[in-house]
Amino acid sequence: MHAGQQDRLADLRHRIARLEGGSQKIKSLPFGLREIDGHLPGGGLARGALHEMIEAGLASEFAGSTTLFTAGIAARLRGPVLWCLTRRDLFAPGLLRAGLHPDRVIYAEAEREGEILPLIEEGLREKGLAAVVGEVTRLGLTASRRLQLAAEATGVTALVIRRWWTLAEKDLVHLPTAAVTRWRIAPALSELMPAPGLGRERWHVELLRCRGAEPHTWILEACDAKGRLALPADLADRSDQAADRRAAAS
Amino acid sequence: MTVHTVGSRRVVRAACAAAQELGLYTGMALAQAQALVPNLHMVEATPDEDDASLRELARWAIGYSPVVALDSPDGLWIDIAGVAHLFGSEEELLRDLISRLTRQGIAAKAAVADVPGAAWAIVRYGAGGVVPTGRTVDAVATLSIRALRIAPDKLSALHRLGIERVGQLAAMPRAPLVRRFGRDVALRLDQALGHAFEPITPTIPKDTPTASLAFAEPIGRLEDLNRVVLRLATDLCRQLERRGEGARRLDLLFQRVDQKSACLRVGTARANRDATHLAKLFDERLQTIDPGFGIEEVVLVASKIEPLTEMQVQAQGLADEGAGNADMGQLVDRLGARIGLRRVYRLAPVQSLVPERMARRIPALAPPTGAVWPENLPRPTRLLNPPELVVATALLPDHPPRFFVWRKVRHSVAKADGPERTTPEWWNGDKGSSARDYYRVETEQGGRYWIFRDAPTAEGGRWWMHGFFS
Repeated sequence: MHAGQQDRLADLRHRIARLEGGSQKIKSLPFGLREIDGHLPGGGLARGALHEMIEAGLASEFAGSTTLFTAGIAARLRGPVLWCLTRRDLFAPGLLRAGLHPDRVIYAEAEREGEILPLIEEGLREKGLAAVVGEVTRLGLTASRRLQLAAEATGVTALVIRRWWTLAEKDLVHLPTAAVTRWRIAPALSELMPAPGLGRERWHVELLRCRGAEPHTWILEACDAKGRLALPADLADRSDQAADRRAAAS
Repeated sequence: MTVHTVGSRRVVRAACAAAQELGLYTGMALAQAQALVPNLHMVEATPDEDDASLRELARWAIGYSPVVALDSPDGLWIDIAGVAHLFGSEEELLRDLISRLTRQGIAAKAAVADVPGAAWAIVRYGAGGVVPTGRTVDAVATLSIRALRIAPDKLSALHRLGIERVGQLAAMPRAPLVRRFGRDVALRLDQALGHAFEPITPTIPKDTPTASLAFAEPIGRLEDLNRVVLRLATDLCRQLERRGEGARRLDLLFQRVDQKSACLRVGTARANRDATHLAKLFDERLQTIDPGFGIEEVVLVASKIEPLTEMQVQAQGLADEGAGNADMGQLVDRLGARIGLRRVYRLAPVQSLVPERMARRIPALAPPTGAVWPENLPRPTRLLNPPELVVATALLPDHPPRFFVWRKVRHSVAKADGPERTTPEWWNGDKGSSARDYYRVETEQGGRYWIFRDAPTAEGGRWWMHGFFS
């Protein structure tokens, strides 16, 4: 691709961005990991946008990893967080593990599934919030578009955790939404320790959908007490196996 | 017992429970009462003071519902349409009301019925309590006709005819009844049986900030109502500002053309006098109001107020820097108007190691506690409440399990950490439960679970699934 083509591409991107109403530059929240930030457009998770988190794994209806992943993102933003939920299975001491201080979280507990989306939207209209976390079963295209627009208008980040109890509800997760990114988190086997005990958790973090980036999968170490993810040492520092394979094949 | 003068006669005005047991009743001649009970303690009645304290009681009862009316000399109407669910049910509302009154030293009786007339009859001449919807006629029919609020001369005339019960009166042909006793007897009968509508005109305590708007032409459109509410709120906020106060609770009362009324109530988490914000709290719920043939008067009452001296000024330049301690009051109000303020909260740490007890709810706007849970104890993000029984196999007693079966799925444990023992807290009333040994286990799929054994293996401890790390 020579220089003229690249210029034309950059010009097109710029025009599309203007069409999409992004007159002000969208700020992003870096993960602090070169591998992820380099992959995402804007060098991190876009603020003032809707992001969707889905849990995979055996106990996926409890969304244990996703909750910690989301709490880690919220913890790294500054300001209060609104957490909208319907079920009372959230265990607040667990959120502290990702660095989300209890003083920062306001909970809004809806009685019915139908009440939760208006609550999230109400939160997104409040400029002072850092993020709104919503635990949602049903999220259609129209509803998610509405949340995305509300988030764009105020710059509050919307983080939606998809929850379900039945298989039929789980299938709803595959339907398209207007979220800017969609993530799937599954627990992975952690590093073997030399002595009995548990090391830091590991996750398969999949970027399923992202506007302006290809899907990708990483194996990452779970949030630490400041909400930061990490690349596992034994994976990051191993020798490049692709090069070895190429050498073996030739 | 209190006494007052009617014409030239001295008459009993009110009697306490003990006096009533001796056979004294309101309206009895004093001479007769003194003949019955020789050393009777009596006090001159003070109707003005009684009235004032009844008004005071009415003001207190506004805590239950915005529509409270006086029924002098000794009664209150409370329109609980649409508020009973806040207390659980009508029965629980009554129980709550009576127990609070009893604690204040007021002997009270209460009844709930479909129509005010029936409730009046049942509370004074019946058993009290809740009359189920649609059972009004059955409940009232067996009561004495004194329960109908009829003038005494008409009552004695009815007695002479041998009519003692409401049911008998209701069975009489209507036309002769009206001709002989007048229209008001028939009206009272209809009001008690629920055939005629009877408005309750809410009493608004005198010094409460109130804004009202009456219309020459009745209105009914939602946009009109929205505009009216905003105008009333502006008016009310001006009054509040003059008094240096802010509203904690607002009642919006609608008077319809057909004399029926409706009301809405919203609360705020913090004293507030921002008109646009207060008007917005009603936005969602205005559409639930049925305007019928039109609304002719709207009244906005700040039924609960608190001092609020400083005026909030929004500093544009500081908006970004102050994001960390931004004012969440308005957001909390808006959320509270949708789902109720009780369900908008924060969780504060409690010094306890029993997982179910580690957090307590505090109001969303409570000052920051600064407290955290101990950080060196890893805790799951989701808790299974109540814990679920799992079948687990450990290689050695008091070791973490090798396998466990939870919800019909067999998990084999790859790594584990533990035990962490929590002991029951006798000072919190844990008597039957025993010490728990918590293990964090990681299965071969990578899922991490929090499981515990409720007693040492030797004592037949069982395994329970309690939480999820990932």
